[in-house]
Amino acid sequence: MTYLIKGAKPYGEDAVDLLLEDGRIAAIGTELAADGAEVVQAAGLVALPGLVDLHTHLREPGREDAETVETGSRAAALGGFTAVHAMANTDPVADTAGVVEQVWRLGQEAGLVDVVPVGAVTVGLEGERLAELGAMADSAARVRVFSDDGHCVSDPALMRRALEYVKAFDGVVAQHAEEPRLTAGAQMHEGDRSASLGLTGWPAAAEEAIIARDVLLAGHVGARLHVCHVSTAGSVEILRWAKSRGVQVTAEVTPHHLLLTDACAETWDPVFKVNPPLRTDADVEALRAGLADGTIDAVGTDHAPHAVEDKESEWAQARPGMLGLEQALSVVVQTMVEPGRLDWRGVADRMSVRPAGIGRLTGHGRPLAVGEPANLLLIDPTARSVVDPAALASRSRNSPYAGRELPGRVVATFLRGSATVLDGKATR
Amino acid sequence: MASSSLPARDAAQAPLLSAADVARVVDRMAHQLIERAASLAPEGDATGGLRDLVLVGIPTRGAPLARRLAARVEAFSGTAVDVGTVDITLYRDDLRRRGVRALEPTVLPAAGIDDRLVVLVDDVLFSGRSVRAALDALRDLGRPRAVQLAVLVDRGHRELPIRADFVGKNVPTSRTQQVKVRLQETDGADEVLVTGGAA
Amino acid sequence: MKRHLLEVADLDRADATLVLDTAAQIDQALAGREVKKLPTLRGRTVVNLFYEDSTRTRISFELAAKRLSADVINFSAKGSSVSKGESLKDTALTLEAMGSDAVVVRHSASGAPHRLANWVRGSVVNAGDGTHEHPTQALLDAYTIRRRLGRLEGVRVAVVGDVLHSRVARSNVGLLHTLGAEVTLVAPPTLLPVGVRSWPAEVSYDLDAVLPKSDVVMMLRVQAERMNASFFPSAREYSRRYGLDAPRMAALPDDAIVMHPGPMNRGMEIAAEVADSVRSTIVEQVANGVSVRMAVLYLLLGGSPQ
Ligand SMILES: [Zn+2]
Repeated sequence: MTYLIKGAKPYGEDAVDLLLEDGRIAAIGTELAADGAEVVQAAGLVALPGLVDLHTHLREPGREDAETVETGSRAAALGGFTAVHAMANTDPVADTAGVVEQVWRLGQEAGLVDVVPVGAVTVGLEGERLAELGAMADSAARVRVFSDDGHCVSDPALMRRALEYVKAFDGVVAQHAEEPRLTAGAQMHEGDRSASLGLTGWPAAAEEAIIARDVLLAGHVGARLHVCHVSTAGSVEILRWAKSRGVQVTAEVTPHHLLLTDACAETWDPVFKVNPPLRTDADVEALRAGLADGTIDAVGTDHAPHAVEDKESEWAQARPGMLGLEQALSVVVQTMVEPGRLDWRGVADRMSVRPAGIGRLTGHGRPLAVGEPANLLLIDPTARSVVDPAALASRSRNSPYAGRELPGRVVATFLRGSATVLDGKATR
Repeated sequence: MASSSLPARDAAQAPLLSAADVARVVDRMAHQLIERAASLAPEGDATGGLRDLVLVGIPTRGAPLARRLAARVEAFSGTAVDVGTVDITLYRDDLRRRGVRALEPTVLPAAGIDDRLVVLVDDVLFSGRSVRAALDALRDLGRPRAVQLAVLVDRGHRELPIRADFVGKNVPTSRTQQVKVRLQETDGADEVLVTGGAA
Repeated sequence: MKRHLLEVADLDRADATLVLDTAAQIDQALAGREVKKLPTLRGRTVVNLFYEDSTRTRISFELAAKRLSADVINFSAKGSSVSKGESLKDTALTLEAMGSDAVVVRHSASGAPHRLANWVRGSVVNAGDGTHEHPTQALLDAYTIRRRLGRLEGVRVAVVGDVLHSRVARSNVGLLHTLGAEVTLVAPPTLLPVGVRSWPAEVSYDLDAVLPKSDVVMMLRVQAERMNASFFPSAREYSRRYGLDAPRMAALPDDAIVMHPGPMNRGMEIAAEVADSVRSTIVEQVANGVSVRMAVLYLLLGGSPQ
């Protein structure tokens, strides 16, 4: 199928037509015409390179009642993504070539986004011995990002070895930074609100201590380190310092940490329970500043679907995590674009170019230019809508944005020239 | 609804009972109480049965009324009579409909009410439900020899088989009307008003 | 009054005073009576939903409800479907189907009563949730102080012990502040929450400095297992620094009182001679608990005025 996009604004700049043919951007210009092409009217819409998520939980295999590769892929496409990194904390854990290839194949079959498996750092996420990282790297899934996400690789010697070992295939260790001895039983950010709610606190220092340790280790062994879901002002400071010293460290922030605070816990609704927890206004501000100045490289959704029964409970019993794929871009528009802290090229950089680079994906995060792979999205930045969890494509309903009005509507998404979303609806 | 929400004209009406009327009515009731106590007096009682009498007011306005009656009885007979109050809030059967209200004290004379003549005192007798609640409350507080009822105004419309033994004034009313007793102790002035509806 | 009593913030000063005044009237109405029963809540059903063992609190609520003639159902986590893993929501829907007018809930998870309140139409009364709140305990403590000292405004209250894990402390700080008392929290720094400075209370690490300036000393239960998590080095050291013994009690002003929500660890946070002294209100607190809970049930279940 050939698509002719009429009047879209690449990166929010001058309106042009784009011709998508044979999986590539075949032409960019004004008044383009093409016989037999399906025309997409895109006046007023902004065109961006397809988004890349470094941090998605697709739950398959193991918790297909919460999400599957297919439903998660659909949610991703609707959010403007063309590639997502599927986290390893499935059941069985993605700690062997067999499991990562299975996930990769399921993604290919769904065909809505490129599903890029993340391999576990340690066997069974148990933090004791390294998984077969090389075998996963060499598999059909070509794993480059390794993470025990959900758990921290807290043993410093093991972390050092992992950082060193993945250098052999240009891999990166994505650390869930949480010193477990400081977060035993933790339910929310430790501060004024945890004190009055009587919920066990998750201190910022538990994240910052691990990031500080890991940037020192990464610098020492000359390895790449990626920090998942940075959530505190202190973490941003440490990353800024490490980058100034030349450490090869990258970091992501989630949409929810850019928008929401620990005040949400006062509702006692476990939809707001997440790990790391929602922090304070000051942390939110530091994260926005860090994303704006590039200290934080990327937005990673930490899309974490949970079945109803895992959230419709007491706060302490509920599982941590919240949906993110379908609203990520809207949250970035609200928190970064509308206040003028990031322009559309900045959005493309933090949500496509840099995450693709961190994951070493060659076909994604490319510029909107003739000859490049036709991975792109069209967004109506002026549309505003109220989030209705029942209308989401995810199999789960745990959206923290329920009932909240957000700006921006993804109108179309193209994966290698074929539409995965048109008129705001998934094509399959 | 519309017909009962036009009180403007009624507000200007003259009171049914003025301060002087209230005083007169209370005096008459005090005399009746003295007579009744005497007729029911145990044999050999030198106080004409007044030693046996307990006036128990039902808050809010029954309480000061009981105290006034006691004062007048003492003035006419020279004998002090016991006074108490019994709060009926926790005995009402219309909590769901009327909602909660602050409780008022229940105070009984030191000698109690067992085997005595208790006269319940209230301002207005209407459905009879307050009196029923007061009777229930008294049952939990002791076992009087007899219980009688004194009210300043009987406005009719009983929903229970209850009647007053002492009535200051009978006032025929319609259900939609309101009978408002105001007393110096609780409202700053003595008067009885009838407002709203048509008689 | 709001429909539920989930935390002391649900009570403004007028509401809290109304609860205490109502309890006082109930106490007075029942004083010396043979029949300690009122027909007020006849035909209404109160469910005691206890996920945590707490015989004393359950009995107090049960007695309160029964004295108001309500039907009482005790639904304890042991020996019921709750222990077979039924969710709080399913339990709530079951109670709803049984037509309960009020649910008194005790739960080990902070916020569980708030969740329950989303799922039932009747009133929810928090009888202690995790390390969050225990509002009726705070009410009975305030009632006890008012009865003993005749006032709450300006009364200086020292709350001593494991504030970090104490729902009693959280509720007392909030309610006593609402009622005009001045609270000082006294504990080792490890047993105070990060964020305690945002509370409407003073903080001290030095019990001996606070005692002479206290009209009320409220001792909190300290569980010995906190020792194993290094909140303090030993029971002996805790007791020496933060326990209330006779010499320390002597440092209190003449009419000061000593309170404890129970159950006590005699010899740990409170010496036996202190617990049994005339200053101690510990037994009164238990009796007052019934009156205060009657007042709460009456005010919540009585219906709201039109
Ligand atoms: Zn994580």
